[in-house]
Amino acid sequence: MVPVSYYLILSGILFTCGVIGFLIKRNIITIFMSIELMLNGVNLSFVALAAHWQKLNGQVFVFFVMVVAAAEAAVGLAIIIEVYRTRETLNVDQVNLLKL
Amino acid sequence: MLHLVLFLVFGAICVAGAINLLAQTHPISSALSLVVVMASLAVEYLLLGAEFVAVVQVIVYAGAVMVLFVFVIMLLNAGREERTQGSRIATILGIPGVLAGGLLVAWALLERSDTGAVGLGSLPGYPKTIGGLLFHEFLLPFEVTSILVLIAIMGAVVLASKPGTRTPPAGKES
Repeated sequence: MVPVSYYLILSGILFTCGVIGFLIKRNIITIFMSIELMLNGVNLSFVALAAHWQKLNGQVFVFFVMVVAAAEAAVGLAIIIEVYRTRETLNVDQVNLLKL
Repeated sequence: MLHLVLFLVFGAICVAGAINLLAQTHPISSALSLVVVMASLAVEYLLLGAEFVAVVQVIVYAGAVMVLFVFVIMLLNAGREERTQGSRIATILGIPGVLAGGLLVAWALLERSDTGAVGLGSLPGYPKTIGGLLFHEFLLPFEVTSILVLIAIMGAVVLASKPGTRTPPAGKES
């Protein structure tokens, strides 16, 4: 038996790591990976609370989060390719205008 | 006991991968440590009994999404990231704030909550039961998701296509 709070704390650690990576990383691809890390942390808390309440709805929500994350990754990486094509850099400090 | 040991081992691997993601400067190393995080999270899902979610985590996240990431890193030939001045304020103010928030949440969960304990595989999420739920209770969100994925496919194709091949809007044609 493992307390549900341990799972929630693990998911909180993952989310915190994602937020820190979002703040300190300067590479646009790594920032995107930090967002994926945050989504994974949220998914773990969904599954843990589904087991706590003994309802499967949480696991279905994880399915929806995964679908949205996959769609987001496809569009986001296409945007990154477009940014690199117009500016030839991946550093977010040099990407400060929406219009070139 | 076995449950706790497995939880701690794979939780430690998970946290180590997440911290390694932050510590590495090359994007490909960060991507590979993210694969480690996702694979060990799949084991955590299995411990909770969420079999379908664990398999989908491996196939979709550790498989498809990470292949997309590694593909883009290779395509753009991304090198080491250079440190710039802009990230200093975020480092000084942001990290202590985030850590304080995380510690507060952890303290509240450990001391002030009455969440019980779960056994090994306490809520089995078989594909059959998940599918039944998806196609009865969550039918409308499921169908809306298909439209979302269609829009995402079209957006990705339009954004990533070569600039010269894109047809101009009808009004601007001379």
